[in-house]
Amino acid sequence: MRIVCPYCGARDAHEFAYLGDAAPTRPDPSAADAVDAFHDYVHLRDNPAGPLDELWYHAAGCRRWLVVTRDTRTHAITATVLAATAEASS
Amino acid sequence: MRYSLLNVVVNGLTGNRFTGPAWRDAAPKPAYDVVIVGGGGHGLATAYYLAKEHGIRNVAVLEKSWIGSGNAGRNTTIFRSNYLLPGNQPFYEWSVKLWEGLEQELNYNVMASQRGIVNLIHSDAQRDAYARRGNAMRLSGADAHLLDRDAVRRMMPFLDFDNARFPIKGGLWQPRAGTARHDAVVWGYARAADALGVDIVQNCEVVGFTRGPDGSVTGVETTRGTIAAEKVALAVAGSTSRVAKSLGIRLPIESHVLQAFVSEAVKPLVPGVVTFGAGHFYISQSDKGGLVFGGDLDGYNSYAQRGNLAVVEDVCEGGMAVMPLIGRVKLLRQWAGLCDMSMDGSPIVDVGPLAGLYLNTGWNYGGFKATPASGWCFAHTIARDEAHPLTAAMRLDRFRSGRVIDEKGVGAQPNLH
Repeated sequence: MRIVCPYCGARDAHEFAYLGDAAPTRPDPSAADAVDAFHDYVHLRDNPAGPLDELWYHAAGCRRWLVVTRDTRTHAITATVLAATAEASS
Repeated sequence: MRYSLLNVVVNGLTGNRFTGPAWRDAAPKPAYDVVIVGGGGHGLATAYYLAKEHGIRNVAVLEKSWIGSGNAGRNTTIFRSNYLLPGNQPFYEWSVKLWEGLEQELNYNVMASQRGIVNLIHSDAQRDAYARRGNAMRLSGADAHLLDRDAVRRMMPFLDFDNARFPIKGGLWQPRAGTARHDAVVWGYARAADALGVDIVQNCEVVGFTRGPDGSVTGVETTRGTIAAEKVALAVAGSTSRVAKSLGIRLPIESHVLQAFVSEAVKPLVPGVVTFGAGHFYISQSDKGGLVFGGDLDGYNSYAQRGNLAVVEDVCEGGMAVMPLIGRVKLLRQWAGLCDMSMDGSPIVDVGPLAGLYLNTGWNYGGFKATPASGWCFAHTIARDEAHPLTAAMRLDRFRSGRVIDEKGVGAQPNLH
């Protein structure tokens, strides 16, 4: 499997470290429902069979975090953007 | 028909004309007391123990393909109980005890062979950790022996004892661990459950659920029609999130893919199971002679039932590091199974989370060894609407309450368990 890094180009998946689903965002720890929100954030996942936005870290390259859109049924990658870019545009 | 030495000899001499199939190819009835979704080892074992231990015989096992076509056919067939934590160890030890009597229980040759497992030790810290683990095992009635380097060498002289990075200093040995024939386990449970009246319905995919006005689960919608059930039990490890999604349930599960490999057949070489924790590689030898081995997960979410070359290379490097002679052996086959990786690396066997629903999931890559005890405890959970004492710690609410069973101690990172 190859991942097209926006900086480094197409590189072997060996160079990347995987974090997982990019959707969970850290809840507000001072919110009233923080206990439930942190349970969901830490433990629960949609785990879809199909396209999934996920975080990969280019450890042996530019050392940037990427959001990779990959189909979990086929491993086909359809999009790769820098996580910082994805966050700024969301 | 009950198999015996006499009818095996008679049929062996007369062209193996055993009369009839070993179990009925049942058509689904409109309603059952219990519907079990998933015709793998766990689902079939659950049906068998429901009928045998709890007298609930109006049971259907629904399988979308043929029985044993999922993870039951995609593992490395090892059973063992070398666990550390009190929430896990007694459960897996009960599983080993059930394995020991499984052939007599089912009247079926599952080829269970207690050939032992050795976890290799490479450092003082690892020896301390394994001594602690061995003591924990013995406290719950399992067997464990700490081996020194010479004892391991006598048992397995082919290992690389003087490896510069990971020299072998000893091992933790569980003699009662072993291997079994995965298909025969499925067939044995299917045949025994069928004999007690359980309907095994193949090519019947569950596509949805019927719900009562209070939100309870009242049955399943399948490709072969709607089936009502007082209780619906999910035993669909690998696809649990997919099935649970149609019930609006999110689970602490990610699906990952684990590869396994078998070499060409060679003469008897590996006496039991060997695990190389430093590089994550484990190996045993099948009765046919093939070396069966595996290593790490591929590491990213997947439903593909196939792995990638990077991990093939990684596993083979681990094998070469601990057992250089396998470099001369040809790889015959490779496959991958879907693992429900839970957030603490331990399974979930529980009532709910909806009324009428029962959950059996999160077996990570340890589902095969758990097959008999999983069926035993899940049947108890379904029949009595309460957790079995051996799975009392394996409940879904442990993630909320913080009582996780984190055997590996890596936290909520499912691809690392």
